[in-house]
Amino acid sequence: MHVVTFTRSTPDTAAKVEVGKDGAVGWGDAATVVNPWDEYSLEETILQAENASGKSTVIAIGGEMHNDALKHSLAMGIENAIRIDDPNLDSTDSLAYATAAAGAIKKLGDVDLVIFGKESVDVGTDQHAYMTARKLGWTMLSYVSKIVAIDYANKTITVEKMYEQGKQTVTSQLPAVITVMKGINEPRYPSFIGIRKASKATIPVWSLGDLGISAPAKKAETVAFMNLPTKEVQVEMITGTPEEQAAQLVEKLLEAKVL
Amino acid sequence: MDFALTEEHLQAQKMVREWCAKEVIPVIGEWDRKQEMNPAFLPRMAELGILGISIPVKYGGQGFDYITLGLVCEELERADTHLRVVMSVHHGLNSMAILQWGTEAQKQKFLAPQARGEKYAAFCLTEPDAGSDVVSMKATAKKQGDVYILNGEKMWISLATKAHHFLVVAKTDPNAGHKGMSAFIVTRDMKGVTTGDIHGKLGVRAGSTGWVKFENVEVPAENMLGLEGEGFKIAMSCLDNGRYTVASGATGLIRACLEDSIKYAHERSTFGKPIAHHQLIKQKIAYMQQWYDNASLLCYRVGWLKNMGIRNTRETSMAKWYATDHSVQAALEAIQIHGAYGFSDEYPVERYLRNSKGAVIYEGTSEIHQLMQADFALGFREEKPHLRCELPPYNADEWQSEAVEMAVGD
Ligand SMILES: Cc1cc2nc3c(=O)[nH]c(=O)nc-3n(C[C@H](O)[C@H](O)[C@H](O)COP(=O)(O)OP(=O)(O)OC[C@H]3O[C@@H](n4cnc5c(N)ncnc54)[C@H](O)[C@@H]3O)c2cc1C
Repeated sequence: MHVVTFTRSTPDTAAKVEVGKDGAVGWGDAATVVNPWDEYSLEETILQAENASGKSTVIAIGGEMHNDALKHSLAMGIENAIRIDDPNLDSTDSLAYATAAAGAIKKLGDVDLVIFGKESVDVGTDQHAYMTARKLGWTMLSYVSKIVAIDYANKTITVEKMYEQGKQTVTSQLPAVITVMKGINEPRYPSFIGIRKASKATIPVWSLGDLGISAPAKKAETVAFMNLPTKEVQVEMITGTPEEQAAQLVEKLLEAKVL
Repeated sequence: MDFALTEEHLQAQKMVREWCAKEVIPVIGEWDRKQEMNPAFLPRMAELGILGISIPVKYGGQGFDYITLGLVCEELERADTHLRVVMSVHHGLNSMAILQWGTEAQKQKFLAPQARGEKYAAFCLTEPDAGSDVVSMKATAKKQGDVYILNGEKMWISLATKAHHFLVVAKTDPNAGHKGMSAFIVTRDMKGVTTGDIHGKLGVRAGSTGWVKFENVEVPAENMLGLEGEGFKIAMSCLDNGRYTVASGATGLIRACLEDSIKYAHERSTFGKPIAHHQLIKQKIAYMQQWYDNASLLCYRVGWLKNMGIRNTRETSMAKWYATDHSVQAALEAIQIHGAYGFSDEYPVERYLRNSKGAVIYEGTSEIHQLMQADFALGFREEKPHLRCELPPYNADEWQSEAVEMAVGD
């Protein structure tokens, strides 16, 4: 029984992300955090591996900055960490990401369940999870709010999935790829013993060559990043009696051609 | 010289910071106002391993070094002083004393459950009529067969009503001055131990401070920490550890004042610009940053000296005096920057000021530290070269190993 999860270091959601003069996206000297959705997938991976007395592995795809997220995962209690990095790989491209992810799962060989967080906050996407399932040819179960049961002998998994209308309970085949929602569990803090293990760990880096694959041809090319247009907001307080205020407001709205 | 914190230090710091941000800071104002200790905090600190952070793994701790202890205290007091007070008495004054002076049996029996957070520990030195003047204490312990009969009242004891174990200093020979004092490990379940909380405190209102009374308590002789007559030396060595946690905590309080003031200075505008752009506000921020940098450097030095096993009474006293005095200054300035809002409990800076004031009183008042510094400088006082039992230096391999070995000398 082997559960694998993926994570990445993302800018803190409180950090101000901007396109700099050089055209690159930056967030000043704000620290990176574990992709907030991954707190839940990491916890679920630890829980599921513990329940089945199995193995747990966390993988990050991309440069050295993602080591922080991997170390955090190890400190929480995931047993093994791997980083996939290759000059030919753009980890912000979902298809390239999924190709590498599926390649890594195949290389590991014995994986039963892959758990992703609901999405990556940095690139604001979840399609890499679906693409990974497709590349592997495995079942895809998204928006999982609860893992009801896993039967390793009969290779089935039963989960509750969230819908706008409510919940749906589904039983499906293993191996599977799932994405989990906030609230599926209460993510733990790293333990001190875990912190020590993590700080001593050297994280192996696999290249695409190690996975026996090459980067897929780019289907999309990023031409440039642009900042969102800034909104100029002016606040004007209207004073006077309620009647005066209402009259002034109507006048101003007419002036602005809103009415 | 290497000023860099290790990855282990940084991750431990981050873990405690996150816990405080998620579980303490959002609710602390409420508990401070209620003047009650949140019943969830101590068990949570135990569960997370904070209560035994710098105790070797073989004695139930986490096996981190003394610098980590300081970093953890800084984070805790960044959130609220009472959490760092817990570390000062439970970890600094009590557990580290057993680590330093205890027999192997005492370490197994008392230190291990404390480090695991199953038992909470307090330190009882001060009495209603004896604070700075320790030797004037009245508590007595008379030997009778294989027990000591303990009588006396201890006052201003942090965790008085929460602790299971008390490290108590009393006179075994009332005529022998500081050489007539001894230290005992007393447990709450012993007959004749009663405790109560003190209310109406200026600060650390979310913590427990109280009194502990001993009436004919029969303390088994094997509960004596160190030898008969070593109580004063033990108490002073405890303070070398407790004061380090106080200093690191006060550094966190300065940081709290600084961070909150920076945020407010950007948000609040007067005369058409954020107050951060007024020179006199900048000056206050600059001073707070200076105090923070100085205090943290003094604390790092102490952590390093302890790691190396080098005596550090003077350096610890300096860090404690500097950091606590400047945490009061920083809190005053933080309130000034917040204007009238700082004067209300809508913002936490008034709590910072109330909390800062205790630390210039306990573990040596600022006056006592000034006397100590002057006496060292003038040659009236010297660092004692050796104690019979020294605080063990930090040794990562030994501290992280699970194996129980008999400590040398027991
Ligand atoms: C919140 C809090 C928690 C505490 N927790 C504990 C605890 O857990 N365990 C414990 O044992 N104690 C604890 N204490 C007690 C604390 O350690 C004492 O209050 C402290 O040692 C000072 O003693 P005192 O209050 O009796 O003041 P005093 O010693 O009476 O001093 C009164 C004033 O005189 C000054 N003074 C005294 N002697 C001199 C001198 N020689 N020269 C110049 N000035 C002098 C002092 O600096 C002070 O300003 C706590 C106190 C507080 C406020």
